[in-house]
Amino acid sequence: MSGIIGKKIGMTSFFGANGKYIPCTVIEAGPCVVTQVKTNDKDGYEALQLAFDEKKEKHTSNAMKVHFEKAKTTPKRKLIEFRSFEESKNLGDVITVDLFAEGDIIDVVGTSKGKGFQGVVKRHGFGGVGGSTHGQHDRQRAPGSLGASSDPSRVMKGMRMAGRTGGNRVKLQNIEVVKIIAEKNLIIVKGSVAGAKGSYLIIEK
Amino acid sequence: MSLLLDFVNQQLNPQANHPSFKAGDTVTVHYKIKEGDKERIQQFSGVVIMRKNHPSTASFTVRKISNGVGVERIFPVGSPFIDKVEVNKVGIVRRAKLFYLRELTGKSARIREKIVNKKAQ
Repeated sequence: MSGIIGKKIGMTSFFGANGKYIPCTVIEAGPCVVTQVKTNDKDGYEALQLAFDEKKEKHTSNAMKVHFEKAKTTPKRKLIEFRSFEESKNLGDVITVDLFAEGDIIDVVGTSKGKGFQGVVKRHGFGGVGGSTHGQHDRQRAPGSLGASSDPSRVMKGMRMAGRTGGNRVKLQNIEVVKIIAEKNLIIVKGSVAGAKGSYLIIEK
Repeated sequence: MSLLLDFVNQQLNPQANHPSFKAGDTVTVHYKIKEGDKERIQQFSGVVIMRKNHPSTASFTVRKISNGVGVERIFPVGSPFIDKVEVNKVGIVRRAKLFYLRELTGKSARIREKIVNKKAQ
């Protein structure tokens, strides 16, 4: 599984070939530099560490400076490991959007937008309790019963309740690549992608 | 909006070759309609009551009175189904969105016409 690190730019839309209106997400992807090659002998598993997005040298720790110097590159903001890369790469190699082609089906991983503390209706899609008539009030978005009574006289583990929502790692599978603009390192994919504008994404092939 | 997104919008949405028109103008939109394999062109003429100018979702709304009933149709500017747009009249109006026309009928719903000197063109 090959991949690249990207950054969400935003969404737009256009008219496709058959006149259909296609919503799409613009992702700035790469160029990524291979900053470490992990091998079975040395690390116990095979992986490539990729680095993306420029970072100022004064914001980089000395340890990381040496790490980037080994790959003969400038300091980068985001480092992500990719297991079982299809092609073998060497330290310092650059991976660009050329990895993908128009019409490819890809997976995109992102961190969803944080929604804060939310009730069960938004968080788990509950329907709420009852209606607003027949003497009911103040419980239109309530979770309802949490379980049975004296047996088991406790709440079952994993009971879906209110709480922090969003901010999770979300992988969207089988997204179509609509267009690639290589000179600006842009991938345009069909539909939406998890995360806020400017957040980092992992694009897997 | 970010510069990159502007760039992508230019790449994805080529500029439509419509004549310039604004709210208050009377236009005829020639719209392609697909019926099975056949394609025919339908005309929709009326007053442009608004234009929306977002790079990817630009649209204009045309209003006409059909059999005594007001009909409004929204056309995306970049739609490939628009064959052409004809400007029939140039109107003189004092605002960009003419929603007040919805309340008016008959004589009061008229729009002052700008006399275009054809010789000068």
